[in-house]
Amino acid sequence: MTVTSTARIGAVRDRSGGTALPVLAGAGALALRRTRASRGGEARVTVVGAMSAPLGGDRLRIDVDVAAGARLTVDSAAATVSLPDHEGRPAFYDVRLTVGEGAELRWLPEPVIAAGGSDLRMTTRVRLAAGARLVLREELVLGRHGEAPGHLTTRLTVDHDGRTLLDQALAFGPGAAPGWDGPAVLGGHRTLGQLLLVPPPDLPADLDLPPLSSLTPLAAGPALLLTSTAPRPAFTSTAAALAR
Amino acid sequence: MHRDHPEVFPERYAHSSAAVGPDGRRRALRIGLGGPVGSGKTATVAALCRSLRDRLAIGVVTNDIYTREDAEFLLRNAVLPPERIVGVETGACPHTAIRDDISANLEAVEDLEEAVGPLDLVLVESGGDNLTATFSKGLVDAQIFVIDVAGGDDIPRKGGPGVTTADLLVVNKTDLAPHVGADLDRMARDAAAQRGALPVVFTSVARGDGIAPVAAWIGERLAAWTA
Amino acid sequence: MTTTAEAAQAAGSGAGALSALLLLSDGRFPAGGHAHSGGAEAAVADGRIRDAAGLADFCRGRLHTTGLVAAALAAATTAGLDPLVLDDAADARTPSLALRTVSRRLGRQLMRAARATWPGADLDALAAARPRGAHQPVVLGVTARAAGLRPLDAAHAAAYESAAGPATAAVRLLSLDPFHAAAVLARLAPQIDTTARAAAEAAGRALTHGPTALPAASAPLLDIGAEHHAAWPVRLFAS
Repeated sequence: MTVTSTARIGAVRDRSGGTALPVLAGAGALALRRTRASRGGEARVTVVGAMSAPLGGDRLRIDVDVAAGARLTVDSAAATVSLPDHEGRPAFYDVRLTVGEGAELRWLPEPVIAAGGSDLRMTTRVRLAAGARLVLREELVLGRHGEAPGHLTTRLTVDHDGRTLLDQALAFGPGAAPGWDGPAVLGGHRTLGQLLLVPPPDLPADLDLPPLSSLTPLAAGPALLLTSTAPRPAFTSTAAALAR
Repeated sequence: MHRDHPEVFPERYAHSSAAVGPDGRRRALRIGLGGPVGSGKTATVAALCRSLRDRLAIGVVTNDIYTREDAEFLLRNAVLPPERIVGVETGACPHTAIRDDISANLEAVEDLEEAVGPLDLVLVESGGDNLTATFSKGLVDAQIFVIDVAGGDDIPRKGGPGVTTADLLVVNKTDLAPHVGADLDRMARDAAAQRGALPVVFTSVARGDGIAPVAAWIGERLAAWTA
Repeated sequence: MTTTAEAAQAAGSGAGALSALLLLSDGRFPAGGHAHSGGAEAAVADGRIRDAAGLADFCRGRLHTTGLVAAALAAATTAGLDPLVLDDAADARTPSLALRTVSRRLGRQLMRAARATWPGADLDALAAARPRGAHQPVVLGVTARAAGLRPLDAAHAAAYESAAGPATAAVRLLSLDPFHAAAVLARLAPQIDTTARAAAEAAGRALTHGPTALPAASAPLLDIGAEHHAAWPVRLFAS
């Protein structure tokens, strides 16, 4: 059975300088829980449970709108595992993030894992107003432990103040363009971690960039992108240091 | 605006090396220095800078096989302020960068002039190469070919485009001639036979005032250039 | 009628177009490419390319990612989209600062060669708007237009160069047998053609849907390798 679900999160700044969540609507496979925030003035939402099963044929969508001045963190309770569909149909997962002036969104989901035989098409569209702040982490893992990779494509588009900061498509696994696991694209690596920071933070003095990683400013606005094919622990600790 | 390149520079890069720029200003005289590995090109550039820097505004572009070694030699020896010395990568083909595809060197020369203001003289040093490497006329106004006596006193006889056509041939390290058994008279005869009326200087550029004849030759070229 | 003229006519380009495409794609065209390895120097240094097989794999990956993007940007420019809009699109598709710098430097070098070879108002306008250099594929697209070529031709030139650049560099870096490197390119030829066609089709869609219709395929190891390479104190190639 095909599942189509759109979850929605709307965050606004409340009168006391905190963040309220007038919209918090899970849908189908995407259940949302308000969880305890660790930063002042912030709300936190955790995507739980059923998200870890986009089956072939599923269409998942999550829309997040952080209004001017609000601060929101969204994380997830578990990795998103893309599983095969017995009819071989692809699954779709679309993320739409809108962040208003002076607002902040920390989008920190657990990894997306493309299980063997699966086929997931992800799109992430981010619209940032001038003065919006974003921390966006995306981790892609090809195959569960010891398993052949599934097919995974992503397109990440980030607009900032009307200009496109980043437009990036990735395609890995069987069915991706030839050479995806070759020395120009992913080599033999099976994970890719990215962290996008708008605006760029002050770099920690003790920042230790893992091997197989780069940290680079983007062209069209104040932004820094960490890209890493290093093993996950190295990426996550560097990402945590940068996103502090 | 582009954050990577916020500066605004005048439009250019239309032509190879027009003597007068769009602003009506005469650009710097460009002199190429070529020659085999170890013959003393970088030493010649260093000595020229020391000899001329009080009188002339000089910039240097190096084309070392390995990006920046010559540039760093010049920097270490403090012959010019660092912003006046730039290195060009040549993709392991130094002769290509000075002759067949001069675009990176032209960029470097023009960037130098823009970055540090009007210059009188730009020295373009090739990476150490063989006897066939010469500079394109689109890149330099005149070229010096540097060989040395230790490289064999038969080099002038062998000829090749560098020895035969360079505007000035410098035979360097003449002080070593007795030690390596080089016959300077023979070299002079062979060079004259290959080059006709084109000038040849026998000297040791790193010794005393050994650079003086080369500096004097550049002085003449510069006088003709600005006349 | 000569074969060349027939081919040019079949291609829908003007007189001399086929030869113009050959000239533009020739590694000897003086536009700075010889000093760039397309990421091969970094890949050789950390052992990602060791032999002709590794080179083939590298070229294949580059062709289908940044090669496709470059080809589409070039084709879209030749098709008449605003070069400055496409220059921004290239920025967005090039997260590595090192690669953006290289692309603009090569764009400026190509601009110099193009204005001497096929002078025209479009080239002059782009040179004036981006004095530090527009992205190379955009300059390539305007150059192709000035040379009387079609979007598909521009895509072909870009796609071919995306594989030929590393192949030429690998011959120097690994002392690879040049016949093997040429054979790598010959075997890739069908994929180069497919990529060029896909790029030209995307450029056609971009005419109505804007630059978001252009591919944005990314190669993480090319980005990472380029950033590392740019920080080396000693290197043979500029990129």
